[in-house]
Amino acid sequence: MAEDFNWAIGGEAGDGINSTGKIFAQALSRAGRHVFTSKDFASRIRGGYTAYKVRTSVDDVQSVVDRLDLLVALTQRTIDENLDELHDDSAIIYDGERSWEADVPEEMFAIDVPLKSLAEEAGGAIMRNIVALGAACELADFPIENLDEALEKRFGGKGEKIVENNKEAARLGQEYVQEEYANVSTDSFDFSLETTDADYVLLNGDEAIGMGAIAAGCRFYAGYPITPATDVMEYLKGRIEHFGGQVVQAEDELSAINMALGAARAGARSMTATSGPGIDLMTETFGLVATSETPLVIADVMRSGPSTGMPTKQEQGDLNMALYGGHGEIPRFVVAPTTIDECFWKTVEAFNLAEKYQVPVYLLADLALAVTEQTFSPEAFDMDAVEVDRGRVVDEDDIDEWLDEEGRFQPHAATEDGISPRAFPGTEKGAHMSTGLEHNALGRRTEEKSVRLEQVEKRQRKVETAQEREDWDVREYGDADADNLVISWGSNEGALVEALDLMDDDLDVRVLSVPYIFPRPDLTEDVQNADETIVVECNATGQFADLIEHDVLERVQRVNKYDGVRYKADELAADITERLEGQA
Amino acid sequence: MSSDVRFTDFKSDKQPTWCPGCGDFGTMNGMMKALAETGNSPDDTFVVAGIGCSGKIGTYMHAYALHGVHGRALPVGTGVKLANPDLEVMVAGGDGDGYSIGAGHFVHAVRRNVDMTYVVMDNRIYGLTKGQASPTSREDFETSTTPGGPQQPPVNPLALAFASGATFIAQSFSSDALRHQEIVQKAIEHDGFGFVNVFSPCVTFNDVDTYDYFRDSLVDLQDEGHDPTDREAAKEKILEADKEYMGVIWQDEDASSYEDTHNVDTNMSEIPDGAPEDGMDLVREFY
Repeated sequence: MAEDFNWAIGGEAGDGINSTGKIFAQALSRAGRHVFTSKDFASRIRGGYTAYKVRTSVDDVQSVVDRLDLLVALTQRTIDENLDELHDDSAIIYDGERSWEADVPEEMFAIDVPLKSLAEEAGGAIMRNIVALGAACELADFPIENLDEALEKRFGGKGEKIVENNKEAARLGQEYVQEEYANVSTDSFDFSLETTDADYVLLNGDEAIGMGAIAAGCRFYAGYPITPATDVMEYLKGRIEHFGGQVVQAEDELSAINMALGAARAGARSMTATSGPGIDLMTETFGLVATSETPLVIADVMRSGPSTGMPTKQEQGDLNMALYGGHGEIPRFVVAPTTIDECFWKTVEAFNLAEKYQVPVYLLADLALAVTEQTFSPEAFDMDAVEVDRGRVVDEDDIDEWLDEEGRFQPHAATEDGISPRAFPGTEKGAHMSTGLEHNALGRRTEEKSVRLEQVEKRQRKVETAQEREDWDVREYGDADADNLVISWGSNEGALVEALDLMDDDLDVRVLSVPYIFPRPDLTEDVQNADETIVVECNATGQFADLIEHDVLERVQRVNKYDGVRYKADELAADITERLEGQA
Repeated sequence: MSSDVRFTDFKSDKQPTWCPGCGDFGTMNGMMKALAETGNSPDDTFVVAGIGCSGKIGTYMHAYALHGVHGRALPVGTGVKLANPDLEVMVAGGDGDGYSIGAGHFVHAVRRNVDMTYVVMDNRIYGLTKGQASPTSREDFETSTTPGGPQQPPVNPLALAFASGATFIAQSFSSDALRHQEIVQKAIEHDGFGFVNVFSPCVTFNDVDTYDYFRDSLVDLQDEGHDPTDREAAKEKILEADKEYMGVIWQDEDASSYEDTHNVDTNMSEIPDGAPEDGMDLVREFY
């Protein structure tokens, strides 16, 4: 019996693939099983192949694999697109009454279920996907009561009748398979999906970022819809208001970042989220945010570039833009969560870093994190552990020590640690201006050489202070004493951790997953002590590998993927093995 | 807000570098007087400015202020106001800032109707870059970049605002100090987006739209018995081709501000020092 079970539903955009897949994932999660989902989708409302994939196990799952055990195919293309992942004993559920004739490879189980007719029997053709879920429960030997719960969650708001009809549709699918395909079972298709008592929550990276923002005290969000960052905005809308916050849909990204900047100047914890094309526009205002020393969190949920690129495909190509985008030189912090739960925690941390050091912080997430749902224990998001540090904010009581001899507030005072006082509007004696022009301690324009030097150096000093004061931890896996070092950033962590288990025991490998791009931990010793160092990332040129080489002054090997698809554990295990064995 | 605030409290100790005789002096003075007259103080006022001669206003006024990037002053003002609705937000810019590079934001700020004031110092020329055509320059106005004139019709900012669903549209003249102050004051008092296009002559680069020209040609709506709440009358005045008006042209007193429709009532600078008390409810939603 296989340890994990891989299921998918695919069809055309508009077929309800996403919502059906989510229902199945929720049913599994409710049943105390771990779930990891992924999506193949196109940037269009109708038409085009789309699929929702679910990997589930009673053990932790944190990656996708190149295997599909049970596929619900609403189109022939769904079968064709997944031939690589299907195996000899895969089962394919399809509706033989549909106009297309399914071409299921001979060796696989072809499960012909009249989805539409059964759905109509239950109350409407619209429920045909639910019939397929019932059929899937039967084939995977998964107690259908768990599906009922997920159906109640999904359709509860639409009334009891709708819920009951959907449950009935699922039952009809289940019974049809019981009667017609009682003997679908072989050595490698013999699933019995156990349930456990564990309570899990199921969420994606965008939702984790949004929830982290609220937890951290973010109260203002301005954004412009863009794949794959829109979920952040949709999560916050309707929730942040409960805490006194606001979400504004701006007319474009130029406006969004300026609104967020305005709110931050008014003292709010403020953020915007976008993807590469939006970052291009926001770069105009980025320098102003940084030089006016305004704390702001800018989430870049990366997708394939350049230009419009592949909007629904994975890439980690914006690292250099986050680090260097914009004219002139100005400190910015770049934090890159490596897992979905870390999307929550790194968002909280990004807000603290932004305010403590009065810098813009790029939160570099990627599509693979954003659109993937994963199960976690609720304690993974322990709200009691959230700390809010607003940095050097002054009020009426302590503002006097920050006034110059003429009683004027100095928002850019060149302090020893580089961090100046902040006075929120409304604070008596705190009125001051800020500008994108080079300025003095008062925030007023200057081109005087000594002041220019003082301000550039003061801003730079904040980085040194942060390097000293903060923990820039890496996440470590594998054998700590291994000869071989694999370094990664962003969403590859899950696949890497699973790849460790798949690789030959003779290959000793230590994995460092790095969530901080700037400032970042010094990995010099780690790289120097390793026989081989491989840097894994989803881009063509190895942008993070460049940084490691720059830091360590030593060449590293690069494993890159830029076909728009995230790393899979088995694929990564093979790639790393090939590199390391190639060296031997 | 203390009643003993004087308009000079809004003056910073920085001397303006505008050319002697520039309309912007009068425009700014009227803004400061209107702010003081409406009971605001520098500590509760936020001034946002864009780029250009007008952009320097944040330096010359004493208040919380941000001198932003070119054309984006309105979004900044929007963010400030929504994050702390107790603040008086005054956004200032020029005709290039508002009607050229920032025209998109102008349209959407107007229709959003956030309760703030937008003063455009319209001199129909790019002054800071030394005399190029602006979006409000006349069709035949010769400049270094438009030797034969722009040969495009100028933007009619009032019509643009009206078409975008404005709830307050006014026009004033920087050298008519009393009327200018009065008009800006009405814009501040308006519950919604108060838009004032101010003729603020450039004495250095514009020899057509001069003090004399405006003095001779501007018609004060007050003398015409114009009712700004009369939509049809307002539309007629705004679209009139051969006359320019001063005064409040259109005011929709019944319109709801963004703050009203979106329940904006919180000073967002005040947050707890940890996650919200009911934070775990957010997690449980994902069961």
